[in-house]
Amino acid sequence: MGVEGIGAKVLRKEDRRFITGRGRYVDDMSVPGMKYAAFVRSPHAHAKITGIDTSSAEGMPGVIGILNGQQLQGDGIGNLICGWAVSSKDGTPMKMGAWPALAVGTVRHVGQAVAIVVAETQLQARDAAEAVMVDYEELPVVTTAVDALKEGAPQLHPEAPGNLIFDWELGDKAATDAAFSKAAHVTKIHIHNNRLVPNPMEPRAALGHYDPAEDHYTCWTTSQNPHVARLVMSAFYNVAPEHKLRVIAPDVGGGFGSKIYIYPEEIVCLWASKRTGVPVKWTSDRSEAFLTDAHGRDHETDVELALDADNKILGLRVGTIANLGAYMSLFSSSVPTYLYATLLSGQYDIPAIHANVKTVYTNTVPVDAYRGAGRPEATYVVERTMETAARELGISPAEFRRKNFIRSFPHQTPVIMAYDAGDFDATLNAGMEAADVAGFEARREEAKSRGKLRGLGMSCYIEACGIAPSKAVGSLGAGVGLWESAEVRVNPVGTIEILTGSHSHGQGHETTFAQLVAERFGLPVDNVQIVHGDTDKVQFGMGTYGSRSGAVGMSAIVKALDKVEAKAKKIAAHVLEADEGDIVIENGEVKVAGTDKKLGWHEVCLGAYTAHNLPDGMEPGLKEGAFYDPTNFTFPAGCYICEVEVDPETGTTEIIQFVAADDFGRVINPMIVEGQVHGGLAQGIGQALLEGTHYDDAGQLLTASYMDYAMPRAWDLPNFKVSTNETLCPGNPLGMKGCGEAGAIGSPPAVINAITDAIGNNDLTMPATPEKVWKALNAVA
Amino acid sequence: MYETSYHRPTSLEEAANLATEKGDEAKYLSGGMTLIPTMKQRLAAPEALIDLRHVGELKGITVNGRSIRIGGGVTHAEVAMSDEIKSVCPGFASLAGLIGDPAVRHMGTVGGSVANFDPAADYPAALLALGGTIHTNKREIAADDFFLGLFETALEEGEIVTAVSFEAPDQCAYEKFRNPASRYAMCGVFVARRADGVKVGVTGAGSSGAFRWSDGEQALSSDFAPEAVDGLTVSEADMMGDIHGSSAYRANLVKVVTKRAVKKALSH
Repeated sequence: MGVEGIGAKVLRKEDRRFITGRGRYVDDMSVPGMKYAAFVRSPHAHAKITGIDTSSAEGMPGVIGILNGQQLQGDGIGNLICGWAVSSKDGTPMKMGAWPALAVGTVRHVGQAVAIVVAETQLQARDAAEAVMVDYEELPVVTTAVDALKEGAPQLHPEAPGNLIFDWELGDKAATDAAFSKAAHVTKIHIHNNRLVPNPMEPRAALGHYDPAEDHYTCWTTSQNPHVARLVMSAFYNVAPEHKLRVIAPDVGGGFGSKIYIYPEEIVCLWASKRTGVPVKWTSDRSEAFLTDAHGRDHETDVELALDADNKILGLRVGTIANLGAYMSLFSSSVPTYLYATLLSGQYDIPAIHANVKTVYTNTVPVDAYRGAGRPEATYVVERTMETAARELGISPAEFRRKNFIRSFPHQTPVIMAYDAGDFDATLNAGMEAADVAGFEARREEAKSRGKLRGLGMSCYIEACGIAPSKAVGSLGAGVGLWESAEVRVNPVGTIEILTGSHSHGQGHETTFAQLVAERFGLPVDNVQIVHGDTDKVQFGMGTYGSRSGAVGMSAIVKALDKVEAKAKKIAAHVLEADEGDIVIENGEVKVAGTDKKLGWHEVCLGAYTAHNLPDGMEPGLKEGAFYDPTNFTFPAGCYICEVEVDPETGTTEIIQFVAADDFGRVINPMIVEGQVHGGLAQGIGQALLEGTHYDDAGQLLTASYMDYAMPRAWDLPNFKVSTNETLCPGNPLGMKGCGEAGAIGSPPAVINAITDAIGNNDLTMPATPEKVWKALNAVA
Repeated sequence: MYETSYHRPTSLEEAANLATEKGDEAKYLSGGMTLIPTMKQRLAAPEALIDLRHVGELKGITVNGRSIRIGGGVTHAEVAMSDEIKSVCPGFASLAGLIGDPAVRHMGTVGGSVANFDPAADYPAALLALGGTIHTNKREIAADDFFLGLFETALEEGEIVTAVSFEAPDQCAYEKFRNPASRYAMCGVFVARRADGVKVGVTGAGSSGAFRWSDGEQALSSDFAPEAVDGLTVSEADMMGDIHGSSAYRANLVKVVTKRAVKKALSH
């Protein structure tokens, strides 16, 4: 490895601009003549719109235009869609209700956009939006998925009777039933996976600009995948034809999944720009973010685990009800199905699994992928159940897991996934050693002497990343392929631009991707520029989510680099009159192996562009592109061990120690990987201890600000002990698996297993607030 | 935020005159740590803001022997860092250091907090326990008579909190159990011990704002030890209940946090 190559802790190139306030976000963008938008939003969770009176708002200072859903539909703008078709077990297609970008006729959650006001200033737009008089006829409201399925529940969409979107299953029911009939022990548990609000630091924003001279549209938007946004806005929403629409996602301040989707606001800003003749910018405030960014999780699950007399797992039965909110967001159908039930085998050899998932409409904010997306829910189900079973049987949770580990690869699970590689003993051993599990009982005793209850919990997670092989996801209903593209442009002076379809919104791509070039050609990372986030620059790409930028995005770059290297070697061999096979590139030099004959990298690059001395028939230039489609998912896995102390008087949990032993395959930049793990752990621990989303019976979001929504803070978290083990992924050229979501996936069950161990009561739901823990303690006292 | 006008008087008289002139539509601003966020959420819309932070008469901390007087315009950070206060009443200084975060402590003021009387504000618990006095541009009011109910004080229209004052007790301490989301006090207890007895001020927990826990005071007056409150029961009916903690939980906290405050006071 070079000093800046694979495995080097290169400081992040992008951080200088971020930490000096020079990042350029959508809200920093400005175009001549730009005006501001505010949305009129529903104050009701469920109501008929019986009239919209804009007369007084129209006369207010600075108002340029007020537009509503009927005008939007009149202009042929299409409804928002869910891009992954999932069918019920009886074969019927999912029942998707209509979601116009501005409500027409009915509103179904508090915060739904009803109209847009465009004005000279943001303040004027907001004042006028308040003066738009919408008449509502309130309808009955339901906010939980369990209630929405009940007989007589308020009905949201005529397309989905009983609020049921689909009733889906995966696995072999008969085989699972047979496994349970042979069971010596069955562990049953009910699991609640709490709804989360994503809360990226930068709220969403959109700037729509229609240029009548060119009949061309530009949309700056806070997106994790600008090309997908362009495709969906043109092909499905009919906002603009794809070749006349440029989508730019500049610096984006965090996404965690919530910026994958194409939201009503960017569609409406683009459309309104054409309608009003001015560029239109909207920036969400934090309250709007709570009410409109797609939420995450929100599952209710019943689990049963069948064991034989030797404590080997015979079967797993899972029934989940997933709340998808008021509308089906872009990938909402895939999260509680193909990203969830396919991971229910965990790290264990389970012969039979059957999962049934019902997805349900409620009068709440739409729910979609949020860091981990389905995999945290699966891990929570499996690892809470494993821990519970071990406790019921009075055996060591670690040994119970070890007894059931998968040890031969590839391993075909009963739920689609074929694990390609892994070493679960290695991460369990690393975790237990780092956590000094052997010394725990002594620490528990010591804590008791101080009046504290100490507990230990673990979680052995596996996830599917590197999303995803296009053919496979296509067969499962995905509306898009999930490959990635890259283009490597070598300049005549030898510096390099890498154009990638991945999108960095905090992941550090500008550094990590450049390290590939440092490794390959021995060039400094400062000689490499990463270009992303602009559909006019990068031809196409699928964006960043599902821990895919390394395993898929970088694989595409590797393929393009292979082509660049091959051509550079051909040129050098020709100039140096050597055999192509003898050319090596290292330390910025192109050499003939075993001789002193060499060219500088820059000389080869210049030669490619002067074209004075190229092999016969070779095209000038040095620029190559590649598309990479993975052959399988990747399977990061690891062992997380959490040690807590509970204060029995208040129920407060303090995390004393948190160990993360991960296997991410090849690690390019260990510092960035550590940062990803730290961030993921903060989110997972946030879910476990703090983040609760509450609706009242009328469908008002009670936790709609940081006064009531508990975000994790530095003081809530311990210093993490993280380590990685590299079992290379055989499926991609670098052997990478992905690291972006693991922390959020693996940590919640470790935390709850630790608290329930401390208090001796397994009946505890997330977030484990001090009051809940205190109540659980008193219930067993 | 709605459009508003901003006024920056430099004397109490000028401030009071402005308030008279602007009438009901004006609000005093003294740090704005509650008012500004409320305005940004469009939940408050004063037509005029009269900023008291530049009024010289509201500045300054005076410590005379064990008598402490803190101007209404003094920031939490100034209280927390005051060597004079720390030397005679460290419990009060440490309370100020627990308010919000550094940005809040450098903007928010004693007068602003006392006048607003948020049910989770920290100073009211201390002023009740310390038997403090609230000084205004019109009169002096005992803390027991000043804090009336949720966001309700004895202040009249246009009246300005110019200072708070109290005698440092023999021993005192503040203990704060935070709301997991807002990190305001879910239960904050200030205990103050003098030769003639113990007073206990509680914030964050009561259904009508900060209050004095008289059962606790009685028990602690005869035995200033954490265990002294063990046998007591706090009535759930008087407690606040919300998504963060039921009234039963808060009732438990009143006892637990009081014990911890006593322990802390004893260790000083």
